[in-house]
Amino acid sequence: MKAGVVTFPGSNCDQDVYNVLNNIFDLETDMIWHKDKKLNHYDLVVLPGGFSYGDYLRSGAIARFSNIMESVIDYANQGGLVLGICNGFQILLESDLLPGAMKVNDNLKFVCKNVQLKVTNNNSPFTNQYNKEEIIEMPVAHGEGNYYIDPKRLKNLKINEQILLKYKNNEENPNGSIENIAGICNKEKNVFGLMPHPERCSEEIISPGASDGYRMFSSIIEEVKVRGEKLVR
Amino acid sequence: MDWEVKIETKLKDGILDPQGKAVKTGLKQLGYDNVGSVYVGKYLELILDDIPNQAKAEDMVIDMCEKLLANPVIEDYKYELTKVER
Repeated sequence: MKAGVVTFPGSNCDQDVYNVLNNIFDLETDMIWHKDKKLNHYDLVVLPGGFSYGDYLRSGAIARFSNIMESVIDYANQGGLVLGICNGFQILLESDLLPGAMKVNDNLKFVCKNVQLKVTNNNSPFTNQYNKEEIIEMPVAHGEGNYYIDPKRLKNLKINEQILLKYKNNEENPNGSIENIAGICNKEKNVFGLMPHPERCSEEIISPGASDGYRMFSSIIEEVKVRGEKLVR
Repeated sequence: MDWEVKIETKLKDGILDPQGKAVKTGLKQLGYDNVGSVYVGKYLELILDDIPNQAKAEDMVIDMCEKLLANPVIEDYKYELTKVER
């Protein structure tokens, strides 16, 4: 399995993701520069957290038009697995790979803390190692995570079971997102965006007693394994 | 012909604007009880060089707004176009 992590100007979680994929899971992992046009063959592409282009205009709005994104969109449309974390999620929304948009947090604050989440759907490439309805903990760190989607599209999200992660309840919701949504995937379930940071809680030494992020990455590895077995058959 | 473009973007009516809400609270604190709703938007100014006519310039501005300057999912935009006199 081979993974790629895109670095935009202003990304600041790219090396954290690389560390998890390469050092913890021992995966062959490339860093991909935003100016590159061509995407090599990958089983997973990660758009990491940070503040691409200084969050100018809107979070993710300018990164969406960087050279590499055209290839990432093609790759996603062909069924490739894409994980967008925090700013990566915002970029996926701006790219129309995921529906909806981000607003400024309801309380206008940059929120940086651990929150409790509920796995609302574990039947996906990104959550298959969790139990359904399982409560997990991950850190968030964002100022614009107030997910919004109009009622009609929200209904579609539910019908297609695209909501994979929610904040546990209103009290745990750090940003005011609609229906406490923390992470959604596309209809085909190969593109996933979430505001929490699984890469910051994937090893005991960094987040003792709360390494729930680990299983998000092991879910993806499981998915790639299953996909590979299907190809062989 | 060169054109000066003034563009405003703001959240669509009906979408709660956290910044606008905070500004409204501030205004109330100052005693402005008549303030109904507040939306905080963005304002951009740009100059377009060498566009032969207004229609072409407008098409370009709309395209820029739809693709990048506004997020059509949650934002409305309006623009004002004036010819730059030399």
